[in-house]
Amino acid sequence: MRTRLLNLTALVALAALMLLVRPVFAQVDLSGEWGQKMHEDAPERGGGPEIGDYTGLPINDADRMRGDTWDAEKWTQLEHECEPHPADYAPRGPGSMRIWADMDPHTMDISAWHTEIMWMQPTRTIYMDGRAHPPDYAVHTWQGFSTGEWVADMLKVKTTHLKEGWLRRNGLARSEKATMTEYFIRHDDYFTLVTIVHDPVYLTEPFIRTSNWILDPGYHPIPSTCIPAVEIEHPKGWVAFHLPGKNPYLNEYGEKYGIPIEATRGGAETMYPEYQEKMAKMPVPKPKESAGQPPAENK
Amino acid sequence: MMQRTAASGARLCAALSLIGVLLWPLAGAAQQTGSRPQVKAGPADDAPVHTEHVQGRVYMLAGAGANITVEVGDEAVVVVDTGRPEMSDNVLAAIRQLSSRTIEFVVNTTIDPDHLGGNESVAKAGHYDSGQPGEKPGAAIMAHLNLMNRLTDAKAPSGAIPTDTYENSSWPLFNDEAIILYHPSAAHTDGDSYVFFRRSDVISTGDLFEPSSYPVIEADKGGSIDGIIDGLNDIIAIMVPRENEEGGTYLIPGHGRVCDRTDIVNYRDAITIIRARIQDLVSKGMTIEQVKASKPTFDYDGIYGSNAGPWTTSMFVEAVYNDLHEKNTKDKTKETEKPKQKTKSSGTAGGKG
Repeated sequence: MRTRLLNLTALVALAALMLLVRPVFAQVDLSGEWGQKMHEDAPERGGGPEIGDYTGLPINDADRMRGDTWDAEKWTQLEHECEPHPADYAPRGPGSMRIWADMDPHTMDISAWHTEIMWMQPTRTIYMDGRAHPPDYAVHTWQGFSTGEWVADMLKVKTTHLKEGWLRRNGLARSEKATMTEYFIRHDDYFTLVTIVHDPVYLTEPFIRTSNWILDPGYHPIPSTCIPAVEIEHPKGWVAFHLPGKNPYLNEYGEKYGIPIEATRGGAETMYPEYQEKMAKMPVPKPKESAGQPPAENK
Repeated sequence: MMQRTAASGARLCAALSLIGVLLWPLAGAAQQTGSRPQVKAGPADDAPVHTEHVQGRVYMLAGAGANITVEVGDEAVVVVDTGRPEMSDNVLAAIRQLSSRTIEFVVNTTIDPDHLGGNESVAKAGHYDSGQPGEKPGAAIMAHLNLMNRLTDAKAPSGAIPTDTYENSSWPLFNDEAIILYHPSAAHTDGDSYVFFRRSDVISTGDLFEPSSYPVIEADKGGSIDGIIDGLNDIIAIMVPRENEEGGTYLIPGHGRVCDRTDIVNYRDAITIIRARIQDLVSKGMTIEQVKASKPTFDYDGIYGSNAGPWTTSMFVEAVYNDLHEKNTKDKTKETEKPKQKTKSSGTAGGKG
């Protein structure tokens, strides 16, 4: 009889304890090593996009001008050589990723998630402890300042305080005033990251991308360092650019692939399927064998 | 060549250097135990002054007009710029939350009232004894000679006028670390300074750099677009970032957020590009109206531009145009006078077209 009473007491205590334990709302373990699936936008993710390819981007005229006057020689400026991809672009590069968590030893709650992507190893911290974002006068970083919360099975992340970056690696800028919302979604051994960039300076609509990974327990990051070195001598203060209307390469992309030049200029409408009907009525440039070659005076 | 001053300046440097060396170990220990305070000075409904620890011994005070830099040493406090006059009580309260040491030196980066409006109050709260007879009480106020001359000409209150000036390209000081005042000639004005805290690795730029505004060029006070670009390049040259082009040397700009090298490099790039665009239009003989109509700043206006306030995009374009147009006219005159002499190319931009 005494044993039964003890058992009953234990069961009641266990039930009470279970009621007291803080419920975990659909938190998913994101930690592990993830190999990137490079099956989307392949031309952009290896050698990089073509100059003048603004297709499918909700850019405004100001960003179009940034792209039109951009010169790839920017990367020969020492100060730009070792810039990593910012948080909104890094997942689109060759970016296998490691994810791990910090746990509060007292509450056993996850206090922060960390991600580290392969190329140049940009490391992010996503705070889960409810802290506020820094004030306006705080420094901006490549990875920004991120806070997260669970929404059903998805980790929703808000990022502010980003440095100026790029929407595409052909001069289309993303401003430092941009913010980013992300959703980290795990389905068994697959992981999808939805990235939504809001930029009041250079976008007319939110720019949404998804990137996918597959669980890759054998992945080990390769340490990388970047030390700027003079590759081409320039005078002090030298800056690379094209004057407006003087970039000779802007039509190459359309001419090379037979895409109407107007369509290569991008804008929100080029994101949507119905744009194909409009595009079908546009003149298609004749492919030029010389496309991709610099004009004689610049050789 | 300093006024008050060459002798007293040399003496104060030597004295502070000695004290600094002796107290260096203590200084390091004190720094390591420090935290990053977020201070709101004054009543809650008053305009707050926010304190941001930037790096090492250096803090930024925001919200009192222009940004204020405070360097906290073990024997003295150095304050770069003093904000608007009505904010002085809050500024002093914020400084006192950082250190109870004497404010010995106030540095003025530029002549604008939002930078030096609090000179009298902040200097009065401090003390510097140079040992010279008849010296005014209060902290030493240090600035470039041209700034002092302009304040004197403007009949500014005597307590607000710099007590110690320099007219070389730089001036060293020591307060537990090397502090170097640099003079960018003919930039925002011809009397500006930027201040490098060498061990803390922080530079207080004054209005030479503002991450959310086109540079203010006060041509009537000797400012010029090429001086701005040269000054930006000089600052970039002494900055060293950490890996992945982030952190390392930090900047406290005249206004706006704490920055690092990437921010000032992007800014320098933008200003250099805009200068080249306007130069191209000036060379084609365009009028200011035509230049404005061509929108040479269009792609950067969302970051640095403004249609209202004391410094608009239109005013910036006009200032650059006037500067370059004047240079263009002078160059043409020289060419006419000496047709065989080569003219110096303008700027160092590497643009094509």
